[in-house]
Amino acid sequence: MKLAHIQEILRAEVITGDDQLDMTLEAGTASDLMSDMLTGYNTDTVLLTGLCNAQVIRTSVIAGVKAIVFVRRKRPRSEVIQLAVNHQLPLLSTPFTMFSSCGRLFAQGLRGVEGRVSERMDAPDGEFTP
Amino acid sequence: MTDLTKSFSVKARDFVKAGEVSIEVQELLKSVGFPPDLIRRVSICAYESEMNVVMHGGDGTCRLTVCPKRITLEMADAGPGIEDIELALQEGYSTATPEYQEMGFGAGMGLPNIQKNADDLKIDSKKGKGTRLTITFDFRDGS
Repeated sequence: MKLAHIQEILRAEVITGDDQLDMTLEAGTASDLMSDMLTGYNTDTVLLTGLCNAQVIRTSVIAGVKAIVFVRRKRPRSEVIQLAVNHQLPLLSTPFTMFSSCGRLFAQGLRGVEGRVSERMDAPDGEFTP
Repeated sequence: MTDLTKSFSVKARDFVKAGEVSIEVQELLKSVGFPPDLIRRVSICAYESEMNVVMHGGDGTCRLTVCPKRITLEMADAGPGIEDIELALQEGYSTATPEYQEMGFGAGMGLPNIQKNADDLKIDSKKGKGTRLTITFDFRDGS
């Protein structure tokens, strides 16, 4: 799904990355627990989160997350935004809650990371594979 | 390819820079052109261990060694050490404070996740004597 479509579905404000809305995200993930972001296969995903600190940016870079959407109109501090700019990581902010944001994206066809998990990780049952 | 070694400093409690060393390691491996899955595994282990040093350890060093068939990551700190290594390797066991949990860490997944992504993990630690992790990654077909 294109980031521009995600922005439209979530009625999101683009904090940074206006020039990257044409990128394609292969799946979605949602978490406030950065430890979880490191245990799954989250490469080329969009992350929905309520956390706004610098570790969200760095964890995303390490995990291969390609864009971040902050829920409930949250907005990180300027130094966190600058960190995202440095890593060319688009940041958006949606008025919707985490639950509603996930539901809206899922309803429009974006799927989770199940079924695309690395073979080294715990094998998924494939039930939710798109 | 000749062996490549690079060392980085990791400062305890420095949350402004926490994770930067791992990103530098990731960028270095990308610039060499390693397979993406190998870079992902090394980066995750570097980041998990760097965050452990920042949150639990004293000041430390990270040493990356790249050989033709193997990557080795050594993360050593002068912190309080791990009292019970077997327990620390269990998923869900954590000594993180609520402050660290608010930052999205401290779920007790760090060391188990390193073990899962590495080909070999050696933990040398004693209470009061610091901790040294030696994490190795062997090149396999494409990763």
